[in-house]
Amino acid sequence: MFETIIEMFSYTFLVRAIVVGLAVSLCASLLGVSLVLKRYSMIGDGLSHVGFGSLAIATALNIAPLTISIPVVVLAAFFLLRISENSKIKGDALVALISTSSMALGVIVISITTGMNTDVCNYMFGSILAMNRTDVYISIFLSSIVLIFYILFYNRIFAVTFDENFARAIGMNTNIYNTLIAILTAITIVLGMRMMGALLISSLIIFPSLTSMRLYKKFKTVVICSAIISVVCFFIGIVFSYLHATPTGASIVAINILMFLLFSMISVIKKYYRICK
Amino acid sequence: MALISVKDVSFEYDGNIVLNELNFRLFKGDYLCVIGENGSGKTTLIKGLLKLKQQYKGDIVFGDDLKSDEIGYLPQKTFVQKDFPASVFEVVLSGRLNNLKLKPFYTKKDKIIVEENLNLFGISNLKNKSYRELSGGEQQRVLLSRALCSTKKLLLLDEPATGLDPLATADLYKIIKKINKEKGITIIIVSHDIQNSLKYASHILHLENKQIFFGVVKDYVVSDIKHRFFKGDS
Repeated sequence: MFETIIEMFSYTFLVRAIVVGLAVSLCASLLGVSLVLKRYSMIGDGLSHVGFGSLAIATALNIAPLTISIPVVVLAAFFLLRISENSKIKGDALVALISTSSMALGVIVISITTGMNTDVCNYMFGSILAMNRTDVYISIFLSSIVLIFYILFYNRIFAVTFDENFARAIGMNTNIYNTLIAILTAITIVLGMRMMGALLISSLIIFPSLTSMRLYKKFKTVVICSAIISVVCFFIGIVFSYLHATPTGASIVAINILMFLLFSMISVIKKYYRICK
Repeated sequence: MALISVKDVSFEYDGNIVLNELNFRLFKGDYLCVIGENGSGKTTLIKGLLKLKQQYKGDIVFGDDLKSDEIGYLPQKTFVQKDFPASVFEVVLSGRLNNLKLKPFYTKKDKIIVEENLNLFGISNLKNKSYRELSGGEQQRVLLSRALCSTKKLLLLDEPATGLDPLATADLYKIIKKINKEKGITIIIVSHDIQNSLKYASHILHLENKQIFFGVVKDYVVSDIKHRFFKGDS
C-alpha cells in the first residue's frame, strides 16, 4: 500500500493532480454544506455545464482555459443567484436553461474547430493529465481563501444558511454572503472540472455533505465531517484509479457513493438499535 | 417618548398601494396584536418595521435608543429548516449575530446570554439536541429564545402559533406574556388566534389594507369592527 503511494508520488503529473484534487475537494465540501441545505445543489451542476462551454471556446481560440472559464462561470453564478430571485423564470428552470444552452454552444464550437475527439471526452469525464503548474498554484491559493473565508465568517454563514430572513432582519447584508459563496463555488468548479469532468464535478459538492448529514446532527460536526469525507474519498478514489486504470473522476464519485451507502447503513442500524433498546 | 411612532405610513408593491394610512404609537411594555385577513398587509407592516421594505411615504421613528438591528424577530418557518442539521445551542447562538459587529467569533458573554435565555424558556435540557428532532412547540421556543438573544426592547413575532396544537399554542402565548411582563419587552405579534390575542394583548391593530382600528383591547371588544369581522361570534 505504502509502496504504491510512494510510487504515485514519483510522477509529477500525479502529484499535481493530487494537490489540486485535495484542494478542490476541501473547498467543494465546505461550500457544499451551505448549497445543499439551501437547496442550491443544481447550481453546481449548472455551473459545470457553463464551464464546459467556456472551456470549448477557450480551446477554439487557443487561450489558456482558466482565463476565460473563471470569469464566465463566476458571471453565470452571479446571474443564477441574483436573477433567479426576481425573474419570472424560477430557479430550477433557469439553471436547466443556462446549462443546456452553454452545453449546446460548447458542442457547436468544438465540432466547428477541432471536431469530436478525445479532448472533448476529457472535458466531459475528466483527465488526470490536465493539471499544469499554474493550476497547482491557483488551487492552493483558492483553497486557502475558501478556508479563511469559511473560518472567519463561519457564524454568519450558519445564520444565512439556517434562516436568511432572520439574518436580514437583524441587520446582516445576506446578499454579500450569497454572492461570495456563489463566486467561490464557481471558481472551485472551474478548477476541479478538467480533472473530475464537467458531468461529474458537482458530485464533489453534493455527496460529502449529504453523507455526513446521515450521521451528524450539528452544523459544526457536519461541516468538519464532510471536509474529512471529501478529502478521504478523493484520495482513495485516485489510488484506486491508479491501481486499476479506471477513470479518475468516476472512481472518486464511486467511492463517494460507497461512503454515502455506508453512512446511511450506519444511521439505519443506529436507529434500529435505539428502538430495540 | 414612544418606542415606535408610525406616522401616515403607506407601502406599495409594483405601484399598487397595499397598506395605507398607518398611524399608531407604541410604548415600552406594550403588547400589540396585529390582526386582519390574509393579504391585508400584516407581513408588509412587519417588513417595514424591520426596514426590510422601504415605506412609500410617511415616517417610522424609533425612540428609546432603539436601532432597527436591535429588534428580536421570529419569522415564519421556512422549508429549509425541516431537515437542517443544527443543535439548539447553535441556533439560539445565531441570535447574537447583531452583536458580532466586525468580530468573527462569539464571545463568552454571548454564550452566557444564550444559556440565560434557554433557562428562561425551560429548554436548557435540549441544548445539545438536534433542532430538526424537536416537536413544533419546542422548535418555536428555540426560535423565540434566539429572537430574545438579539434584543432587549422589542420582539416581532410573525404568526408564531402556526402548526402548533392548542396546548402548545396556549403554552407559547403564556411564555410571550411572561417575557412581556417580567422583562418589559414590547411585543408586536401577527396572529390568527383571536382568542389568545384578546386575552393577552394590551393593544390591537386591525388591518384591511389600511388601518381600520388601533387602540386598547377593551375598546376593540366593544367596537363595530370586531363584530363585523367575527360576524357576532364570541
